Amino acid sequence: MANDDFQGKVVQSKKRPLSYILFDSFNYVLFALFTLICAYPFYYVIINSISANDISARGEVLWYPVGVHFRNYVSVTQLNGLLRSAGISVARTVIGTTGTCMGCSFLGFMFTQEKMWHRKFWYRFVVATMYFSAGIIPHYITMKTLGLTNTFWIYVVPAIVQPYNIILIKTYIENTPKELQEAAEVDGAGITKVFFSIMLPLIKPILATIAIFAAVGQWNAFQDTLIYITDSKLNTLQFTLYQYINQAASLARMVEANNGDLSVLGNSAVQQTATSVRMTVAVVVVLPILFVYPIFQRFFVKGIMIGAVKG
Amino acid sequence: MDSNQIQTANRLRARKKWYSIKLFLIIIPFLVLVFLFSYYPLYGWRYALYDYRPPYKLSDCEFVGFKWFTTLFSNATKRKAFLQVMKNTFVMSGLHIIFSWIPMAFAILLNEIKLTPYKKVVQTLTTLPHFISWVLVYTLAYSLLSNSGAVNTFAIQSGWYTEPKLFLQDSEHTYLFMWLLGIWKGTGWSAIMYIAAIAGIDSELYDAAYVDGANRFQTMWHITVPSLLPTFFVLLLLNVASFLNNGVEQYYVFQNSFNKEKIQVLDLYVYNLGLGGQGGYSVATAISIMKSFVSLTLLFSVNSLSKLLRGDSIL
Repeated sequence: MANDDFQGKVVQSKKRPLSYILFDSFNYVLFALFTLICAYPFYYVIINSISANDISARGEVLWYPVGVHFRNYVSVTQLNGLLRSAGISVARTVIGTTGTCMGCSFLGFMFTQEKMWHRKFWYRFVVATMYFSAGIIPHYITMKTLGLTNTFWIYVVPAIVQPYNIILIKTYIENTPKELQEAAEVDGAGITKVFFSIMLPLIKPILATIAIFAAVGQWNAFQDTLIYITDSKLNTLQFTLYQYINQAASLARMVEANNGDLSVLGNSAVQQTATSVRMTVAVVVVLPILFVYPIFQRFFVKGIMIGAVKG
Repeated sequence: MDSNQIQTANRLRARKKWYSIKLFLIIIPFLVLVFLFSYYPLYGWRYALYDYRPPYKLSDCEFVGFKWFTTLFSNATKRKAFLQVMKNTFVMSGLHIIFSWIPMAFAILLNEIKLTPYKKVVQTLTTLPHFISWVLVYTLAYSLLSNSGAVNTFAIQSGWYTEPKLFLQDSEHTYLFMWLLGIWKGTGWSAIMYIAAIAGIDSELYDAAYVDGANRFQTMWHITVPSLLPTFFVLLLLNVASFLNNGVEQYYVFQNSFNKEKIQVLDLYVYNLGLGGQGGYSVATAISIMKSFVSLTLLFSVNSLSKLLRGDSIL
């Protein structure tokens, strides 16, 4: 912090007061505890997913893995629908995020075009949708009428226009020099050319932030599957995980029944249990987040500060 | 002015007009999407006026007027059920609002930690829960709190109690449990806004205070806290505006037959009524309509309050 040096001098010249020492100890311990509570559940499922299954099922793996093996990760691929739903999740994350980025950046850009016919009205027409919702049933009926229920498109099409992101892009472009577009237009570039070759490279920083939050949102989405999808072929990983938790015991038996490998029979350390299935699938779902987390951490502050802009 | 010039001027004006229309034509596909996904569903509000039963067409269903709007209060049992839902909603949102200072306190205290690597680790790990879904939170909670989970194992090993406790089936501490989950998931993330705000405070303020003989706690209380209050106030108002919007997901994944009575907040109640297999499309729509009006009223009131007190709107 900025006051470090100054405070340092004061503290060094005098004796550090007892109240400071007490406060610091309290503070450090408090944060250690809270951090532990935040991080331990992740650590717990990871060590359990690689521990001997019989020991883990008794709940004895608390601090470090026991009897490490990675067989669970092979076994869960035999679960009905896991690979398929993983594919759906990856597809919706990739396609949905691309759709959100392209849709919102293009529309945000178009709303900076002052010459547009009734620009202000159409901008408000889009932004106003942030403040109301017809409710779950009218939305369900609409999607059904449009024939979007039980299709993959329900995951990506409604995500294309997001007023909040459009505001961000528009504000961002309005803060860049207008001369860039004017110069390109003098050179004969059309509006789409201006967007793709001038604006898109220019808005990269804000677009990266939007992309990251859109991708996390897509990966974590659960409610849309719950409401609009009855065809299990379109289940996402999150939805499949939710189903697994409630049926983990029967799934474990299923994996065992499918397991033709005789060497596994009778070896209780690698035999699937409800616990092992649950923990392993949880790790499979959380791992992508853990992997990209360090990369997108630097976008956090930007990501939350953009929450401060208004329409 | 000769006719040539007029012609040129007209042509120029026509071209300008055409360009302005062209810009609009390009965005029409997007406007159609907005219309279909946000405005058209409002037309579905008419379902609240019928006794809609899905296999039949709406035109074949009986028109019942405002029956569904009054049915919630029509007899003692229904009134009681609905009041319970409202109580759950008020308790969950109330807890959220009353304790909305926690992220701010988190940021202020974290700012007092001068060991940078420690601070970084704390920030990294406490923000992580924000990025996982409620389904995953449920999975983690299930793993940790089931009868052979870490919490029971640890507590029994330490001799705190002997029989495993079934936390997820507990119907007595549902509110507390749901609130704690929210704190676990959101505190580190919400604190980022305040941490950024603290970084923006003019350091000369602190220097001046130390020269004047202020101690650390006095600077925290008299400089840091007041600097964060405007941010806090805006977020508080937004929280009040979304008082009825608890969301479905958290409560849906954690609901079971034991805690159902207390966990049903308004959003979950609407879901359960409409799509939870009970087929109450019409009544669920009616509740959504009432909710929309209350929410909008709240939003506008809070916005006027903000204009009055801060001289700036929050919308």
